[in-house]
Amino acid sequence: MPANPSSNGEVAIFAEHLVRRFGNFTAVDDVSFRVEKGEIFGFLGPNGSGKTTVIKMLTGLLPLSGGSAQVEGLDVRTDSESVREWIGYMSQNFSLYYDLTVAENLQFYGRIYSLEPVRLKRRIDEVVQLNGLGPYLNRLGAQLSGGWKQRLALGCAMLHEPKLLFLDEPTAGIDPVARRQLWDLLFELSGHGITFFVTTHYMDEAERCSHVAYIYFGKIIADGTPNSLRELPDVQPKGTLRVEITTPEVTRALRYARQISGIRSATIFGQSIHALIDDHFDLNELRGQLLKNGIAVAEIRPLAPSLEDVFVELTYKHQAQLEAARA
Amino acid sequence: MRNIFRGFRAVFYKEVLHVRRDFATLFFSLIIPLLQMVVLGFGIDTNIRQINTVVYNADGRRESRELLDRLKNSDTFHFIRYVENDRDMNDAIISGRARVGIKIPVDYSDRLLHQMGAQVLVLIDGSDSSVAGQAINVTTAIGLDESLRRVLQNRDTFAVDMRPKLLFNPDSRSPNFFLPGLTAVLLLNVTTFLTAFSIVREKERGTLEQLFVTPVRPMGLLFGKLLPYLAIGFFELCMILAFMRFVFQVPIHGSVLLLAFLSLPYLFVSLSIGILVSSKANSQAEAIQLAFLTFLPSIFFSGYIFPRETMPTIFYVISYFIPASYYINITRGIILRGAGLTHLWLDGLVLFVMGSLLMVVAARRFQHKVIMA
Repeated sequence: MPANPSSNGEVAIFAEHLVRRFGNFTAVDDVSFRVEKGEIFGFLGPNGSGKTTVIKMLTGLLPLSGGSAQVEGLDVRTDSESVREWIGYMSQNFSLYYDLTVAENLQFYGRIYSLEPVRLKRRIDEVVQLNGLGPYLNRLGAQLSGGWKQRLALGCAMLHEPKLLFLDEPTAGIDPVARRQLWDLLFELSGHGITFFVTTHYMDEAERCSHVAYIYFGKIIADGTPNSLRELPDVQPKGTLRVEITTPEVTRALRYARQISGIRSATIFGQSIHALIDDHFDLNELRGQLLKNGIAVAEIRPLAPSLEDVFVELTYKHQAQLEAARA
Repeated sequence: MRNIFRGFRAVFYKEVLHVRRDFATLFFSLIIPLLQMVVLGFGIDTNIRQINTVVYNADGRRESRELLDRLKNSDTFHFIRYVENDRDMNDAIISGRARVGIKIPVDYSDRLLHQMGAQVLVLIDGSDSSVAGQAINVTTAIGLDESLRRVLQNRDTFAVDMRPKLLFNPDSRSPNFFLPGLTAVLLLNVTTFLTAFSIVREKERGTLEQLFVTPVRPMGLLFGKLLPYLAIGFFELCMILAFMRFVFQVPIHGSVLLLAFLSLPYLFVSLSIGILVSSKANSQAEAIQLAFLTFLPSIFFSGYIFPRETMPTIFYVISYFIPASYYINITRGIILRGAGLTHLWLDGLVLFVMGSLLMVVAARRFQHKVIMA
C-alpha cells in the first residue's frame, strides 16, 4: 500500500479505493494508484473500461461513489475548485471553438483562469513558441488540420501553467509525425516538472511512459514501470521462454504451433508468431516440428515481452480468475 | 435479385426500434399537431362570451339593476368588478383587467321614470377588434330591446340609449392589435433559441466539458452566456418597436422607457427557458424541438391570436402559466392603452418571479444533468 502522500511532497495523484457506480453498474471498482510528480503516467485499457470515468473523478467532474483521491495534495471531494486551478485537461475531441481564431482560443482560456494581461501575453507567446503555432494565429480553429488542432488544444490546456495535465487520447486521429512531435514535447515539459496523465490505445506510446497502469472493466490489473511489468511472474512464468518465430506462413504456422505440447501460448504479430514456450524446449526441435508439418521457418529467437504481451497475458489471466470465481 | 423488397423487414424492424428508443420525438410530433387542432378548433370561438367587464352603477336603483342583469344574462359580459367612480373604471380598462366598462349615470332611473331618454355609457377596449365588435353589437342590441319593451308598454316613454365608445384603437386596425403581441412572440423566439443553441453547440463540440474542468463557476458560465443574448433581445425589441411605429404606423400611447424596463423580466424568462431547453437537449435538432414546445403555447394560449377570455376553461387556466400572456398585456397596455407602471407592475412582477424560478430550476438542472453528466 502506498504511503500517505502528506508524508511525501512528490506525489501528484494519490487515489485510494476509488469507486464509481452508475445505477447497478460499477464503472470503476476499487481503483488505487499513485502518480509521482514529473512522471508521464500512461493509463491504458480497452474502450469502456473506465479510463475517462477515472479522469472525470480526478478532475472533479464526477462525484466519487467511494474511496478518496488527492490531486496536488488537494482532496477532490472537498477541494475540487482549487484542484482545477492546478490542472489542465485536453479531451480526445480537442475541445476548441472552431469559429474563433487560434489567438482568440488561447486568449479565452487564459482569461478563464484569470491571468492578468501581462502574464496572459507572456504565456501566449511562450505557448505559441513551444507549440509552433506562430504562423496560424489568425486562422480559425475549424481550418486547422488534426495535428494543429491537437497542438492548439494542448496550448490552451497548459496556458495557466498547470502542474498536472490530463490528456485523454491525445493522439487519436492524428498523423504519425504529429504524434512523434507531441511526445517529444511531453518529454520536454515533463523535464520541467509537469506531470502527465495520458490515456492511449497505442502500445508504442505506452512504452514511452515512465509509469503505466492497465485498467480492465473497472479494475486495475497492472501498475508499474514498463520494465517491471515485463518481469511480472504472470507475464513471464518461471520456466518459460518467449520466442519470436518468423515464417512466411504465419496463419498455418499458428495452427500447428498451438498443437505442439511445449508451446503454452502463441499469437500472430505481423509476419511472425510470438510464443511462450517451456524453457527446456529446444529451439532446434521446435524448428524441426514445424518443418515436419511443411512450414518453412526463417528464424526463431528469444524475445523480451512487449507491453502488449503484458496486457494480453494479464487480461487472459484476469478473465480466467473471473470465470473461476463465477464457477 | 428477384425480390425488389429485399431487406424491407430488417429495415422496418430497425426503424421500429429507433422510434421506440426515441419515444419523446414520436410523442411530441403526434401531440403538437393534436394540440394545435384542439386550440384552433376550440380557441376560435367567434361567439365571444364572458368579456371581463367593469361596472360603474352610479344610479343603483331597480331599473339600473335590471339593465345590468340583462347585460349579464346575454353571456357576453362577465362582471368582474363594481366601482364607484370614473377613475377606477378607466384604470381597470387601461390595466387590461377589464375590456369593457359600463357606466349607468346617476339619473338613469329618474329619467326613465320621468319618461325621458336615458343614456348608458359603454367604454370598449378596442385593442382586440373582435372583442370590441361583439361588445358593441350586444350592448346596442340590448339597448334597442330594452327601449322597444318600454315603448311597447307605454307609448310615451323614450328609448334607452346605449352609447358605445371605442377606446384606444378607434379604427379597429388589426396591426395595432397584432403587432404588440407579435413583439412577445418574436422576442421569445430570438432569446430562447439563441441561448439554447449557444449552449447545445458547446455540448456537441465538447467545449462545455472542457470549461467544467476550468475554475469557471456555473453561475459565471450561465450569466456570461445570458448577457450577450439579453443585449441581442433588447436590440431586437428596439427594432421591432421602430418597425411597428414607423412602418406600420402603430401609435405608441405610453412610455417607451417603461416598455423597455418591463421587457427585461420577460427577456429574463425567455433566456431561462433557453437554458432549461439546453440542459435537456443534446443536439441542435433536439433543441429546436424542445424550443418549439415552449414556443407554440406562447402563440396559442397567450392571447396573441385568440382572446384569452374566449378560451375553454382549461386553456384559460394554462394561459396564466404562459409568460407571454403577461408580456402581451404589458405591450398592448403601454402601446395601445397608454398604461403606466401603476397598471402593469403586477404583470412585471409575475414575469420577474417566473424568470427567477425558472433560472433556479435551470441552473440546478444544468449543474446536475450537464456538469455531472
